[in-house]
Amino acid sequence: MRESWDSRERIAGRAGRVTGQANTSGDAAAPPPVGADLRISVNGAWHALTVDTRESLLDTLRDRLGLTGAKKGCDHGQCGACTVLIDGRRVLSCLTLTVSLDDESVTTVEGLGLPGAPHPLQRAFVEHDALQCGFCTPGQICSAVGVLAEAAEGRPSLVTHRDRAHPGGSAEPVITGALPLDEEEIRERMSGNLCRCGAYPGILAAIAEAARAGEGAR
Amino acid sequence: MTAPVTAGRRYAGAALDRVEGLDKVTGRAAYAADHRPADLVHAVAVPATIARGEVVQVDVDAMLKRPGVVAAIWHGNAPRLATSDEELAVLQSRRVAYRGQYVAVVVAETPEDAREAARTLRIEYVAEEHDVILRADHPRAYRPENVNAGHPSDTGQGDPDAALAAAPVVVDEEYGTPAEHNNPMEPHATIADWHGDGLIVHEPSQNVSGLRATLASLFGMPPGHVHVVSPHVGGGFGSKAKTLPHTILAALTAKQVGRPVKLALTRRQLFVATGYRTPTVQRVRLGAEPDGRLIAITHDAVMQSSTLSEFTEQTAVPSRVMYAAPHRRTTHRVVRLDVPTPSWMRAPGECPGMFALESAMDELAIACGVDPVELRVRNEPAAGPESGLPFSSRNLVACLREGARRFGWAGRDPRPGVRRRGRTLIGTGVAASTFPALRAPSSATVRAEPGGRYTVRIAAADIGTGARTVLTQIAADALGTAPAAVTVELGDSALPPAPVAGGSMGTASWGTAVVRACEELAARLEAAGGTVPDGGLEVTADTGREVRAQERYSRHAFGAQFAEVGVDADTGETRVLRLLGVFAAGRVLNPKTARSQFIGGMTMGLSMALLEESIMDGRFGDFLNCDLAQYHIAAHADVRDVQAYWLEEEDPHLNPMGSKGIGEIGIVGTAAAIANAVHHATGVRIRELPIRLDKLVR
Repeated sequence: MRESWDSRERIAGRAGRVTGQANTSGDAAAPPPVGADLRISVNGAWHALTVDTRESLLDTLRDRLGLTGAKKGCDHGQCGACTVLIDGRRVLSCLTLTVSLDDESVTTVEGLGLPGAPHPLQRAFVEHDALQCGFCTPGQICSAVGVLAEAAEGRPSLVTHRDRAHPGGSAEPVITGALPLDEEEIRERMSGNLCRCGAYPGILAAIAEAARAGEGAR
Repeated sequence: MTAPVTAGRRYAGAALDRVEGLDKVTGRAAYAADHRPADLVHAVAVPATIARGEVVQVDVDAMLKRPGVVAAIWHGNAPRLATSDEELAVLQSRRVAYRGQYVAVVVAETPEDAREAARTLRIEYVAEEHDVILRADHPRAYRPENVNAGHPSDTGQGDPDAALAAAPVVVDEEYGTPAEHNNPMEPHATIADWHGDGLIVHEPSQNVSGLRATLASLFGMPPGHVHVVSPHVGGGFGSKAKTLPHTILAALTAKQVGRPVKLALTRRQLFVATGYRTPTVQRVRLGAEPDGRLIAITHDAVMQSSTLSEFTEQTAVPSRVMYAAPHRRTTHRVVRLDVPTPSWMRAPGECPGMFALESAMDELAIACGVDPVELRVRNEPAAGPESGLPFSSRNLVACLREGARRFGWAGRDPRPGVRRRGRTLIGTGVAASTFPALRAPSSATVRAEPGGRYTVRIAAADIGTGARTVLTQIAADALGTAPAAVTVELGDSALPPAPVAGGSMGTASWGTAVVRACEELAARLEAAGGTVPDGGLEVTADTGREVRAQERYSRHAFGAQFAEVGVDADTGETRVLRLLGVFAAGRVLNPKTARSQFIGGMTMGLSMALLEESIMDGRFGDFLNCDLAQYHIAAHADVRDVQAYWLEEEDPHLNPMGSKGIGEIGIVGTAAAIANAVHHATGVRIRELPIRLDKLVR
């Protein structure tokens, strides 16, 4: 870290002849790639793969398995466009190394529904125009499926009323059984999924409808 | 004069679901980076780590010894391109004009290897002193020949200086807006593939016809040899409208290595060479009678561009349209710095310019003791205040009145800083919006099949606006059929040429061509006895003559934005509790997608008001906060209650649909409405965006 800062300093700090790695974090070259064998279930189908240990789940899905529904919006876990479900829990596939997922089950947006037979949330997103460009949409929908499941399991969020999340004044939040999803809860829980088109009101309406209908938590 | 097509109108105006909605929600819609041709290699663009100087040497040989690396290209071994456009002359010179400019590209079999190679490529530079900070008094500020969209740099009428000196009430303030980045959710990516002497490019583009022409010219081939494919675009907001250097880099690299190349920019790279909104320094002076009637308006704007090319926003141009005043002046000055080239970002000019003008109007309302809605009504012009042209339609006053009614503005106590709910100070504010209603020549083809199906073909772009859906509705009406019988093909340069999805003129331009083609087809079908021949029937229309012959009017959409904010009295944390906009934008063709457009624009305006700011690092010459963890855009929890309404507006001077563009007006005025509400809540006037905590806590 200190080395890279010095290199940035040296380059920008004064005019004159300078040499440096192209990238400011440039250290010495990394060791050669390492492959690893594993077995992973994606949308119900098992795949035996040999992956680069540097490979993210997002790249495995997109480049190796041809499942391009999950999107690379930032590759840094900052936008949520790559959100998928692992055993029903939402994860950022760009921050998940595939090598860590031996024997795990992944569900992507393609696994939730088809254009002819959409998932209730997918249908609600279209009806409420909860999308414009559509690029964040697969992540929004996978995230929403996760949110509905989390609420059904009673997992509190930052805005869950204190008496509910910490019954009897407990220090740690407690899982107490299904939680209602009001608008504030949905907004809070969905805030990891950015939408630059500003479709948030439609997304909120779509998720609220699915929550009311008791659909979509899987 | 063009009479709007009203007879038989059935689907334009209906709330149709987005026609590609199911493809998008099921992950089937293919975006550029989803395309994976066989034998693909991965390229990573290598950015300069100096802000100004020259590349002396790049250690290509060491790189080529690394496993998986296919090529490393820089000025020293790059093929030559035919261009005088320095921005697009990628790897054509040793010069570095800004930090982050592409100085090399590495290609490898896997993305991991390519990234590693780019990270470790050794480059030797000669660095020079750089100058990257915009100041209004910068000695190299100059008057550009004209500003974006061809507007004159400076305009004036009467004697504003004398009028201001004599005016009973004067507001004279400086306003600032920071550099902002478009940040569409889809990062720019190119997949370039040469076949013989032809080039196929998969690229998210707002302008496939324009991109095709530029690529053909750069690589010295006829436009027909270039094919741009862009069926879905993950947002653009202006940043995918111009041809950008990474596309050239990908095409050049694919040519060099003889294999299809994928070059996907990282989010951080989007902050450098895909355009951004220039920072502005603006001075607005308003002179008025005690009752608020304006005597003089001056609006002076200073902004930056790169040393490579001049891009100047039309920041003061809305002040030529908004309010009546006998004495007036607008000026634009630009400083060429060692920075990336700014470009179009949603409502370039209007958006930052109206922040300044509409903040100043709020200050004038307070100085005169006049209600801010009433002040704007009192200064309503009868015709274009500078052009003298009649407005084709202008319903700003109606928007203000309707917005005030819906928002509950009546009886507002104007005193700042006196409303409190617990720890939260509450305030309300208003601002006006405007955006020109433009139209450009377009062509379109419509084809009838014997079974009753129709196909519309046009090189338009749907960047999330709903263009595919609205053009389907327009065609269905013009053909007298149902939308389900019409397929619209767009986003492909092989389709009939069409103008950019930009300037809020897409639907007006493309829709005119679609209507004319459908009208002609319907006439020919009727002449043929109503029967479609076995081989189908096809008609192409070109609206060049029609658009060039249109009568001279001042054509603009208008709107009024109302905001209610809550400011934490201790921390300064500001939340927009309510945002309500009312717009007059001609006929609304699809209320569902239109509402999304208005709300989306207002949401980006909210984001601009409270969050967005790209911070230039003077020492190193790049933007410091170049990712989504540090450059904040509005998230779900920031957007509580955003409502958009519109008036029924009949305007016979626009186009066959009677519509005005709606993609940009939603962002215009929002930041001023919020800043005005913050002043009402706290008594603190924020003249420099964004409205950060540290500016409120004193």
